[in-house]
Amino acid sequence: MEPLEIAEKIKDKFPEEVLEIKEFRGQVAVTLKKARIFEICRFLHDEPEFSFDYLTDLCGVDCLGKKEKRFEVVYHLYSIKHRRGIRLKAEVAEDDPAIDSVVPIWAGVNWHERECFDMFGIVFKGHPDLRRILMPEDWEGYPLRKDYPVQGPKEEWPGFLDVLNRAKRFTEFEWHE
Amino acid sequence: MEDIERTFETRELSISMGPQHPATHGVLRLVLNLDGETVVKCTPYVGYLHRGVEKLGENRTYFAALPLSDRLDYISSMNNNVGYVNAVEKLFGIEAPERAKFIRTMVAEMGRISSHIIWLGTHVLDIGATTPFLYAFREREVIMDLFEMLCGARLTVSYPRVGGVRNDISQEFLDELYEFVLDFPSKMDDYETLVTENRVWKDRTVDIGVISAEEAINWGLTGGTLRGSGVDYDLRKYAPYDAYDKVEFDVPVGKKGDCYDRYLVRIEEMRQANRIIKQCIEKLPAGPVMADAPKFTLPPKDQVLKDMEHLIHQFILITKGPTVPEGEVYMGTEVPKGELGFYFISDGTGKPYRMRVRSPSFIHASVLPRLSEGGLIADVIANVGTIDIVLGECDR
Repeated sequence: MEPLEIAEKIKDKFPEEVLEIKEFRGQVAVTLKKARIFEICRFLHDEPEFSFDYLTDLCGVDCLGKKEKRFEVVYHLYSIKHRRGIRLKAEVAEDDPAIDSVVPIWAGVNWHERECFDMFGIVFKGHPDLRRILMPEDWEGYPLRKDYPVQGPKEEWPGFLDVLNRAKRFTEFEWHE
Repeated sequence: MEDIERTFETRELSISMGPQHPATHGVLRLVLNLDGETVVKCTPYVGYLHRGVEKLGENRTYFAALPLSDRLDYISSMNNNVGYVNAVEKLFGIEAPERAKFIRTMVAEMGRISSHIIWLGTHVLDIGATTPFLYAFREREVIMDLFEMLCGARLTVSYPRVGGVRNDISQEFLDELYEFVLDFPSKMDDYETLVTENRVWKDRTVDIGVISAEEAINWGLTGGTLRGSGVDYDLRKYAPYDAYDKVEFDVPVGKKGDCYDRYLVRIEEMRQANRIIKQCIEKLPAGPVMADAPKFTLPPKDQVLKDMEHLIHQFILITKGPTVPEGEVYMGTEVPKGELGFYFISDGTGKPYRMRVRSPSFIHASVLPRLSEGGLIADVIANVGTIDIVLGECDR
């Protein structure tokens, strides 16, 4: 089955949900509404015709000013049995940055979703342990958003200031006689 | 154990392993909750080496972001470069010439041997065998010297380029590499004599960190870690890039999915990598090493320094970047650690709108609690070694 056929079958099954099907360099991307994303993923995972048993990657994209809905969550699915892949994209609006978690389907997506939350601030509903992963827990802002400065925030992160202060303090000592 | 009556009180102990610990292969921190010697809960903390590679990539041209990929998995930077340039070429819609493809395949397999050999040395060192570590670095040194001969750098090579490779290889390099290739299988036999049937080694790895094929797929494992569980999934075979469809090699798979199987798989992979290099040297075609696509590839340096048109061309490409078609491409390549994927979204300018790095070590680190919980604390060390992670790639 060609990737485009799979995309058409998703459209047949969920006609309300599919917004766009695009092909570029032989790779097919299906843009979806976020509401039934869990159901669609479950369908693609369980159906023996597709059996997308392997989630290669999940990442967020910030389409600031380019699209009506600001964020996209991109899923790269792969079927080891049939040796083919497809890309799903779910649109997430800025005023409600939340989407259903797919951890119950693919266990390995756990950290990807945490990273996406860390970098874009997209909340994954039903995630077992949604914490920041790469950035410190008390970090403010979401670094991979397009309106986040490349050189980082103006103020130093308090954790680093603490380290600097401690380093300074440890160099000051008195001799006890 | 159960029938001994406990006349004393016990409590769970929480200890922090790392971030600075010789057996964590970098700055990985594991918080282990222990009941005696048994691990009840294992929580990995990563991010100590986060440098924001994805954010930096979005602010550089496609050419200028290449050295960032060196710094991902610094042990096998050649493979990362090959993965990066392949993804960019796919986005641009250009193809490297045949000779460049063979050279890339050859150097990527050299990188694979060098990475696996470090893995072997450090993994057995963690578990208690010091001797193979010293021998492993002897072989790695030969490969590092060859890389130096090839491009002047030993660790962060940046040798492949978008559209080909930086420079052609010399006959001297080929001769020395061929000598290494002929000699290498006997070196592998030496390691295997020391380790494979060693009773202590088997006690420490057989039936440790078992993960079944279905579960390994569900967890998204790749590379040797997945193949150790018996899943025949290798991108070099099933989604060939460069010259992998023109060389013969086997994909070794394990049976049980324990540490020992993953060890055997990687050992065999080294032999197969050696086989691929040999074939690449023998089949190496003549011809150019850079694609003839002036809109997407940098002009040759000697011409840039002599001639005005090439200088202008180089200036435009470096400052503005090439004009890339709008679209998005995901391309995964098989690096020693697993599947390294680059996902680019292009908005038509010279810089990627979004550059995503799918790193295998990140996923492999996330599976550590699954492998370690319920086992002994000593087995955590075996598990960290066997999933083969590099934290530079994990944290990006």
